[in-house]
Amino acid sequence: MDFDYSDDQKFLKDEARKFLAAHCDVGVVRGVLDDAGRSYDAALWKGVAEQGWLGACIPEQYNGLGLGRVELCAIAEELGRAVAPIPFASTVYCLAEGILAFGSEAQKAAVLPRIAAGDLIGALATSEGPGVVGPATLQCRVEGGKLTGTKIPVTDGDVAGMALVLASEGGRPGLFLVDLTGAGVKRETLKSLDPTRGVAKIVFDGAAAERIGEAGAGFDIVQAILDRAAVLLAFEQLGGADRCLEMAKDYALGRYAFGRVIAGYQAIKHKLADMYVKNEVARSNAYYGAWALNDDAPELPIAASAARIAASEAFWFASKENIQVHGGMGFTWDVDCHLYYRRSRQLSLVAGAPRVWKERLVSQLEQKNAA
Amino acid sequence: MDFNDSPEEAAYREKARAWLAENAAAHRAKWGDVKPNTPEHMAAGKDWQATKAAAGYACITWPAAIGGGGGTPIQSVIFGQEEGKAGLGYGYFTIGLGMCVPTVMAFANDETKKRFVSPAVKGEEIWCQLFSEPAGGSDVAALRTRAVKDGDEWVINGQKVWTTGAHYCDYGILLTRTDPDVPKHKGLTMFWIDMKDPAVECRPIHQMSGGREFNEVYFTDLRVKDSQRLGEVGQGWQVALVTLMNERLAVGGSSGPNYRDVMKLARELAGPAGPSIKDQSFREKLADWYVQSEGLKFTRFRTMTALSRGQTPGPESSIGKIISANQMQDMANNAVEMEDQYGILSDPETAAAEGAFQQSLMWAPGLRIAGGTDEILKNIIAERVLGLPGDVRVDKDVPFKDMPTGR
Repeated sequence: MDFDYSDDQKFLKDEARKFLAAHCDVGVVRGVLDDAGRSYDAALWKGVAEQGWLGACIPEQYNGLGLGRVELCAIAEELGRAVAPIPFASTVYCLAEGILAFGSEAQKAAVLPRIAAGDLIGALATSEGPGVVGPATLQCRVEGGKLTGTKIPVTDGDVAGMALVLASEGGRPGLFLVDLTGAGVKRETLKSLDPTRGVAKIVFDGAAAERIGEAGAGFDIVQAILDRAAVLLAFEQLGGADRCLEMAKDYALGRYAFGRVIAGYQAIKHKLADMYVKNEVARSNAYYGAWALNDDAPELPIAASAARIAASEAFWFASKENIQVHGGMGFTWDVDCHLYYRRSRQLSLVAGAPRVWKERLVSQLEQKNAA
Repeated sequence: MDFNDSPEEAAYREKARAWLAENAAAHRAKWGDVKPNTPEHMAAGKDWQATKAAAGYACITWPAAIGGGGGTPIQSVIFGQEEGKAGLGYGYFTIGLGMCVPTVMAFANDETKKRFVSPAVKGEEIWCQLFSEPAGGSDVAALRTRAVKDGDEWVINGQKVWTTGAHYCDYGILLTRTDPDVPKHKGLTMFWIDMKDPAVECRPIHQMSGGREFNEVYFTDLRVKDSQRLGEVGQGWQVALVTLMNERLAVGGSSGPNYRDVMKLARELAGPAGPSIKDQSFREKLADWYVQSEGLKFTRFRTMTALSRGQTPGPESSIGKIISANQMQDMANNAVEMEDQYGILSDPETAAAEGAFQQSLMWAPGLRIAGGTDEILKNIIAERVLGLPGDVRVDKDVPFKDMPTGR
């Protein structure tokens, strides 16, 4: 049984934490939060590229480090803990992993080295409005290699250089690689619950689009990308949830009310114990997801769903109860609790809400039990 | 990250499997299909324990010199898994070998250890733990059973409750109050006692679930020798903490129906709008149960990983019972409600799923209390894992006899 980070992976995780402590303190996060003109921190992005994190799982032939997915999970956990204001998930979990899994040789050669170098930010564009996007509602169209339609919201779409866009071609859904800096692309930054991440509306009007993967397989490909991303996002959520528990604990140990520290009251102790229980359930499910992702195991759809459900629940609970423990101070802009509350919503919504994943999990279990 | 044994672990597992294949078959041939709660079942359990002890598979982590296996914690876990797969598990020895005998080993004199350890390992004698009382549940140090010194003996009067296996046990470790004039934790003393002494009376407790698996134990002028004392007079609480620290690593799964069983039921039953399995509110609950039970399974794997690496497991296993007990109750109630009017039936002959969910519904309240209530377990996580302060203790400096007791 070897169901935990290895010593090398723990070392990498410790180094990541040190790097982020030095280069992504809360001042960096607040810099992006308070500046409506910035959707991410460019200096941190450059630093992360120099650390090799953007190309951690990109093979060496495309200038990456060629590490395993568990290593990427360790980095993700630390990014989540630091509420890092960078388009890491969109670029690495969605675009890089999507191209690695479904791209042609030419697409890999064109995209992956630029990602590894920190020269290309990515995005995944599926949503077109409120509610779940499905084959019946999909409006974006590709004809003769030209994409037309509107995607909203697109996480990191305002700063991305390339996007994977879900659209139908000849009535069949497909996934398309689109250069967002080319002709026929108009975008605007939108206000969101989490201003430490960029969100855009993108209007395509005859933008050049190149299909990746099979024609007609758009939704399956997106799901496969999201299964992989869900595990990595779960580690970001886990990192954030653990940090919320620490914040709540530290505050409760220092805050006096009715003549003693509030950490001694059972109402607070039990709340923190509940956080701990949820975080451990999330960690154990996330580890299983990491194993399935790293081994490309057939269990991935179930493992990813479970990891995402558990981590979404843990981070939501920890982020909201962390505010509660902080009392009135927790409701102020100046105390950091709301950064985590915002990020917990961003991470739970970005790759499909938990209820969507619960449905995915149960339908997978039904298939498994029927087989 | 993987789920594989190390080469040494795989070799041990192979050896254990081979031994089990041979000996489990022989055991079954000898005893047949014995029913639980019968003298034959107990005799079979004792026989199996002796067979294991002879081969070094009983108390695997204990030194061979005292009858153990001289092995490692991970070997103990591996053997437990294989023994479970072979369908051979007798619960009679868990508390004695997991908690009582280690306490005897830590505090008794050499003569006592020599007398008791080996027979316990071989299953010849079974031990129980006599701590909880009507007035001392979560607050076990509030116990009132009195031990009064009389020459070289102690005279014991009082009552214990929820003692697992008291009616079939041979010996027990008993926590008593020897000094009511000092604060409660300071006036306790531990003894080992002979459960077959006529001054010890066991009465089964009629549980709300209908069964009678636990006991009340009454002591009326029970006389024990001072040499049966475990630890110093007044040090009983420190001794009890050693007992409780020896609680076995919970590596086994929980009992009762699981998410697969409730899924099966949902496929078979009609709901208000089609099959229950298609009911969205049910599907969301099912997803939550799956995530929680898998979370516990993989938490056990993390504990095993620490053992496998020769490390001390982290505190993560402390989440186990809070989750499993509450999930059992929630799942049972949802299943019963899914059966609609029919859900009220509990007889296995007529009830849906042979009454498994009704049974589980009636067990769950006990599971949320036994071995530490939800509330105490949360205190333990808050204090020992997260390092939060203990509660204000109004009873800390008050002599026990002056403490308010209520009813």
